[in-house]
Amino acid sequence: MKWSELFTSSVGKKWIMGLTGIFLVLFLVVHVGLNACIFAMDGGVMFNKAAHFMGSNAVPRILEVGLFAGIILHMLQGWALELSNRAARKKGYAVPMGNKGSKWYSRSMGLLGTLLFLFLVMHISHFWVPSRITGLEPVLIDGKEYHNLYGEMLQVFQGNLAVVLLYVLGCFALAWHLLHGFQSAFRTLGLTNGRYLALVESAGVLFSVIIPLVFALMPVCMYMGWIK
Amino acid sequence: MQHYTMNLTLKVWRQKNASDKGHFETYPVKNISSEMSFLEMIDVLNEQLIKEGKEPIAFDHDCREGICGMCSMYINGRPHGPWQHNTTCQLHMRAYQDGDTIVVEPWRANAFPVVKDLMVDRSAFDRIIQAGGYISVNTGNAVDANSTPVEKEKADEAFAAAACIGCGACVAACKNSSAMLFVGAKVSHLALLPQGAPERKNRAMNMVAQMDREGFGACTNTGACEAVCPKGISIENIARLNREYMMAGLTEDK
Repeated sequence: MKWSELFTSSVGKKWIMGLTGIFLVLFLVVHVGLNACIFAMDGGVMFNKAAHFMGSNAVPRILEVGLFAGIILHMLQGWALELSNRAARKKGYAVPMGNKGSKWYSRSMGLLGTLLFLFLVMHISHFWVPSRITGLEPVLIDGKEYHNLYGEMLQVFQGNLAVVLLYVLGCFALAWHLLHGFQSAFRTLGLTNGRYLALVESAGVLFSVIIPLVFALMPVCMYMGWIK
Repeated sequence: MQHYTMNLTLKVWRQKNASDKGHFETYPVKNISSEMSFLEMIDVLNEQLIKEGKEPIAFDHDCREGICGMCSMYINGRPHGPWQHNTTCQLHMRAYQDGDTIVVEPWRANAFPVVKDLMVDRSAFDRIIQAGGYISVNTGNAVDANSTPVEKEKADEAFAAAACIGCGACVAACKNSSAMLFVGAKVSHLALLPQGAPERKNRAMNMVAQMDREGFGACTNTGACEAVCPKGISIENIARLNREYMMAGLTEDK
């Protein structure tokens, strides 16, 4: 079997989804950890320094290229699979099976993923584009100039209920996507060992609740004025 | 349980042949015993149709004992009807009440084209088995069964996977029309045993390749297959197939 066949078969395509999915899960850990610096209540000093490190150090910059590649691969492969899977049943049932045997979110990964894509378009234009391309206001910390990404966050979220609601909705989509995706990725990569499966399943549920919750708290706290 | 009789309304998919568009027909059936099986109820309806000079409903069945895997009806939105770990032939009419309406459809998947009415062509499964669902054994005397030691737990797992009767309910239930539970079970029951080890790489690769050629979808681990499987085949077998396939692909010589 050629290498290309290995990754273009139905099982190979799912492996790509699983591998990129786990990579994106790891990215979420980094992302939520760095952003949580806003909860230091220091007027964004720690957060701006962390953002500066991510933007100036070579390692995260190289990983960033991998991140975009991973997201794009995960999206394109996901949509391609969704379309071919739907096409495998041209004539559907008069009485749908619905929730008899599976959870709605496990059947809606394409829809949830598409919502996450729309969220990402908004999110990237809010923060990544100004910080990397169009430029941000400078702020002085200990006599050194930093990009004021923290100020940008306040500006985006304070007094902007619609944007805050969209971010919270995005976090809901992420939570449902992870609730199925986290454990499914490990199954796709061939995990059958009972004790590890139990571990992965409970870790998956915790991860799907905690990470989106912490993310959602950021715009909410800024909007409510709990973080200034 | 108390015996009772019931009158039902049946909505059945009728389709003359593979090229016919097909449609639902509604039939009233009367005096159905709660002790009849679902297929016996269809037999009663068919006798009624024959007496009226109409074409009886074509459906697959063979052993009517829940072990052959031939019966294949999608009943009120669930393959093999409402009961867990059950085939259509072993579904009994006590599952229903007087006045119920029951919608009966064939398995739906491009890989399982409708032959007539409720009968679908499941030979795609046969071709997947031919692609690798076997072990090659030289002719001669059968060796003593105890000459190859097998760990008890592995033997039990292999047996649980081998319980698959190939009915196709997994495909019918899957939103992707994926055959991964079937192929996973067939690959697993041999991969778990020493007798299956020599050909495990080619088996996994060839069976997946054939599965893809037949037009089944890819697995998204929703678990619908496991929920409707009359033999309770675990989706753990799908994960094992994923592993067998990738290990085979990565470690192959050429």
